[in-house]
Amino acid sequence: MIGVYRAGNSLLHRTPAGAKLLALLVFTTLLLIFRSPTTMGVGLIVVVLAYALAAYTPVVMLQQIWPMKWIVILLFPFQWWIAGWEAAVVVVGTLVLAVAAAGLVSLTTRTTDLLAVIEWAIQPLRYVRVDPERVALLLTLTIRVVPVINDLVHDVRDARRARGMERSVRAYVTPVVIRTVGYAERLGDALVARGVDD
Amino acid sequence: MSTIRFEEVGHQFGERVVLSDVSADLRESRVGIIGSNGSGKSTLARMINGLVHPTSGRVIVDDLEPARHGAEVRRKVSFLFSDPDAQIVMPTVGEDIAFSLRRLSLEKTAVAARVESALELVGLPGYADHPAHHLSSGQKQLLAMASILVTEPSILVCDEPTTLLDMRNTRRLAELLSGLSQQIILVTHDLDLIVGYERVLVIADGRLVADGHGAESVAYYRKLMS
Repeated sequence: MIGVYRAGNSLLHRTPAGAKLLALLVFTTLLLIFRSPTTMGVGLIVVVLAYALAAYTPVVMLQQIWPMKWIVILLFPFQWWIAGWEAAVVVVGTLVLAVAAAGLVSLTTRTTDLLAVIEWAIQPLRYVRVDPERVALLLTLTIRVVPVINDLVHDVRDARRARGMERSVRAYVTPVVIRTVGYAERLGDALVARGVDD
Repeated sequence: MSTIRFEEVGHQFGERVVLSDVSADLRESRVGIIGSNGSGKSTLARMINGLVHPTSGRVIVDDLEPARHGAEVRRKVSFLFSDPDAQIVMPTVGEDIAFSLRRLSLEKTAVAARVESALELVGLPGYADHPAHHLSSGQKQLLAMASILVTEPSILVCDEPTTLLDMRNTRRLAELLSGLSQQIILVTHDLDLIVGYERVLVIADGRLVADGHGAESVAYYRKLMS
């Protein structure tokens, strides 16, 4: 979800990251307070309009929520069964709209700008000896390593298949752990070389 | 040109001797380091910017000892690794280059200008907003290069930077390196890259076994390996 920034020059792209994060907070809070199918309908209109304002089609919006399709497929009938259709619409609707709105913030905001806001917001943690810059760097690295680990896992899966060990858990977990630790070591060296601790 | 001095440098990992009694004064603009796998050449290169400290002897870079003045040395000495994926920290190309400038407290416009000029230098103009993980291996290595060149170091240590590259990207990187004004210390298995270098050190079993002009050292190394 994070780190999918797409360059653009729309009003939303130009809006400061802090304002967008605040709007996201207000939007999701309102969804949680006014829990009704009508609110979900209004919320959907707001999100679709916001995507249009950023010059994105509803297809882009669907791409943002597509990864949670299994949650929706399982949760919606379950909620309907135990609490009725209205509750199902509210619970699933809140989730989907919150993710779609968060996705829009990610699409229109550089990761560094988002992290700068987070770093600013957690400045008071300095009083309890938490370094906000460190926390921001940690979040950045977390975002960065997702595609790297994903590639690594695919490589290991292919290697396992090439050796005819598709069902071996050991042939999967062991190289993933070893290569992940190796990557972490190399990344640590690179961070030192780039003067992170200086 | 900067001076990198190894004074009877040695390094041990536990009982294993990785480097032993290496002494050299490097003042040349292009210096190569070659040797077989596990010979200690990368360890020697890593000592230049304080990634590894000698367990005996000392390393001095322009009167500064990396083991004691790591931060100051790293402002002069940048390091290019063989795996660019481990060197790229930020999600997009421009953000990764800007990450190198974070300590300089520059205006956003100045950062953007320096990022774009670094991208032009390595042949990736217009890539600033491109996701870093979508680049090819060759482009990732060029990005890693841009991320270190943007800080304008005086010494560039490159540890097998062409290992993961195809022929075209190797040539591209070699051309880029040859056009730089910095002092370059290149650790490599690609002998074609360093055959014309002013000076090449040959490391074998942790010892400096040859030290001379590129062609001379490469010939010695070929003989050693045959």
